[in-house]
Amino acid sequence: MTDKHDLTPLWEVFIRPRNGLHHRHVGSLHASDSALALQAARDVYTRRGEGNSIWVCRSADIAASDPSFAEANFEPADDKIYRHPTFYDIPDEVGHM
Amino acid sequence: MATAETNVPAILEIADDCLILGHRLSEWCGHAPILEEEMALANMGLDLLGQARALYAHAGELEGKGRSEDDLAFLRRERDYVNCLLVERRNGDFAHTMLRQLYFAAFMQPFWREVAANSTDATLAGIAAKAEKEMAYHLRHAGEWVIRMGDGTDESARRMADAAIELHRYTGELFMASPARQKAIADGLLPDPESLRGEWDATIATVFAEAKLEMPEIRVMQKGGRDGNHGEDMGHLLAELQFMQRAYPGQTW
Amino acid sequence: MYSQGLIGADSSTTESEEFLAAFQARIDREEKIEPNDPMPEGYRRTLVRQIGQHAHSEIVGMLPEGNWITRAPSLRRKIALLAKVQDEGGHGLYLYSAAETLGVSREQMTEELLSGKAKYSSIFNYPTPTWADIGAIGWLVDGAAIMNQIPLCRCSFGPYARAMIRVCKEESFHQRQGYEIMMTLARGSEEQKQMAQEALNRWWWPSLMMFGPHDSDSTHGDQSMKWKIKRFSNDELRQKFITATVPQAEYLGLTVPDPDLKWNEETKLYDHGEIDWAEFKAVVSGNGQMNRDRIRDRNKAWDDGAWVREAALVHAQKRADKQHIAREAAE
Repeated sequence: MTDKHDLTPLWEVFIRPRNGLHHRHVGSLHASDSALALQAARDVYTRRGEGNSIWVCRSADIAASDPSFAEANFEPADDKIYRHPTFYDIPDEVGHM
Repeated sequence: MATAETNVPAILEIADDCLILGHRLSEWCGHAPILEEEMALANMGLDLLGQARALYAHAGELEGKGRSEDDLAFLRRERDYVNCLLVERRNGDFAHTMLRQLYFAAFMQPFWREVAANSTDATLAGIAAKAEKEMAYHLRHAGEWVIRMGDGTDESARRMADAAIELHRYTGELFMASPARQKAIADGLLPDPESLRGEWDATIATVFAEAKLEMPEIRVMQKGGRDGNHGEDMGHLLAELQFMQRAYPGQTW
Repeated sequence: MYSQGLIGADSSTTESEEFLAAFQARIDREEKIEPNDPMPEGYRRTLVRQIGQHAHSEIVGMLPEGNWITRAPSLRRKIALLAKVQDEGGHGLYLYSAAETLGVSREQMTEELLSGKAKYSSIFNYPTPTWADIGAIGWLVDGAAIMNQIPLCRCSFGPYARAMIRVCKEESFHQRQGYEIMMTLARGSEEQKQMAQEALNRWWWPSLMMFGPHDSDSTHGDQSMKWKIKRFSNDELRQKFITATVPQAEYLGLTVPDPDLKWNEETKLYDHGEIDWAEFKAVVSGNGQMNRDRIRDRNKAWDDGAWVREAALVHAQKRADKQHIAREAAE
């Protein structure tokens, strides 16, 4: 049986499709270090011209928000409509604003 | 001056190198040590097979006898294949495969760079511009692995050292210019391989140093591939490669 | 490539009625479930099992086609086949990653495959004796897999659905690759036509079996459908596949090896002959022609690669130690 300590680490892969766009999460892979992780990301996730830049980070290094706290985290933003432009009444004759 | 039919044999040397090494890499498919490496080995194999196709097509056109890329790739006798011995060496373990790739890529990357920059043959220069980038990646990938295996466990270090002793003797042929190659050099198609030796030595020395690998001392370099004198593995490789074309002659697939 | 016919999943679950109802409500609203969300244990277990089987199928599926890469009859075919089999490896990788979000490691799943505990699609336990088998696999096996995989893009579990979207996009050339091979053979010499017909004869029934047992005999279907892991029943998908494939065989001038196959004007579907479920069960339970060879090959690749994986880990540790020492010295 595999010893837990011998597991090749898991990495999350982010690809930027082209300049001007954000890097976007595309999946994960296993590699023993960052150099091999970057090469593997290139070989696995850019075989069809999917991008021009790659980030990788250890999956274990990602801190994620707690889904059971999702309502407290995100619902309070739902009714803050004054943060959106349509909250404000501006007559049409003023033109685009 | 324009590339002539007389340059076909020199182009076939490079095309055969690409085909045979691409074929060797494709043998790994489904059997690699790591899933991520399945992807890398296949990518490198596809690069080389793609280069071989472009080169055979060009050679066939120059020759003007109507031979297609497949005629050239599949329908010659063993004696007529002019790849160097290094690329036909069997895959062995992952250490052998990666070191063979490093040796070859460390030569081909600067080789293609020179062809792209200086060749009098525009088609070759076009193939080279793309191939140089591909080989730069092979060099980097194989180099990273040689370093990891050389400076990994006792077992991996021993396997790397064995691979170096076995394969280093086939690297001399990379720098030898056959009469066909000399003609292509004189015509300005290809660089003199001897002019790339310094760069190759430096690349290999850097990787070996980081891999804590000793450079094997080889007194006699093996040669013969460019004359069609191959090792015993070559016939078996061709038996597979040519199987369909030989078993069912003259059919379209 | 894979198709349903999930083998031995236990979807039983012990959560409270209230929890299950709330979860079902999310599913019914077509909300995607993400890895950290609360979910019934049975849902998690079914997914781990199904995604694992799917991943294993991709990996084992590399072997029958890989058998022909070195003997492909032209450079064009060789490159296409190598790229296709490479894709299967990539798909296995995406799927293992999707399963790993549920807390099972790739190593664990691999061990289950290598020990024979985990199943994979039985279709890969048939041999590929001729080049035409490569055509037939692309056309029929990938064709059957696509029928199953497209609905999986809408699976309720987010990581699985996302992996499947990527897989389906990449696989779009696989079936065409196979059909093109069959077309070339069907238009070729008598010998080639015969080779194509024999391959169709070999792969037709196993392809139909890929969809799994008849709905009336399937024990796991209902819960998977309710949880929207699965969107269509085995028989629905099988019927869709037959309806799409029979005209393709006719176009090739080949004969589907089922004397009972006939168009039903009423249902607008093909009626087909009886599937040999005894054969299906024999192959699933390890008695296909290639079961032992496939597992032996996977074990060999894994065992032969052990020193490589170990070397990479040890090297990474050495590097980390060196950096650590350098940092301490600088402080």
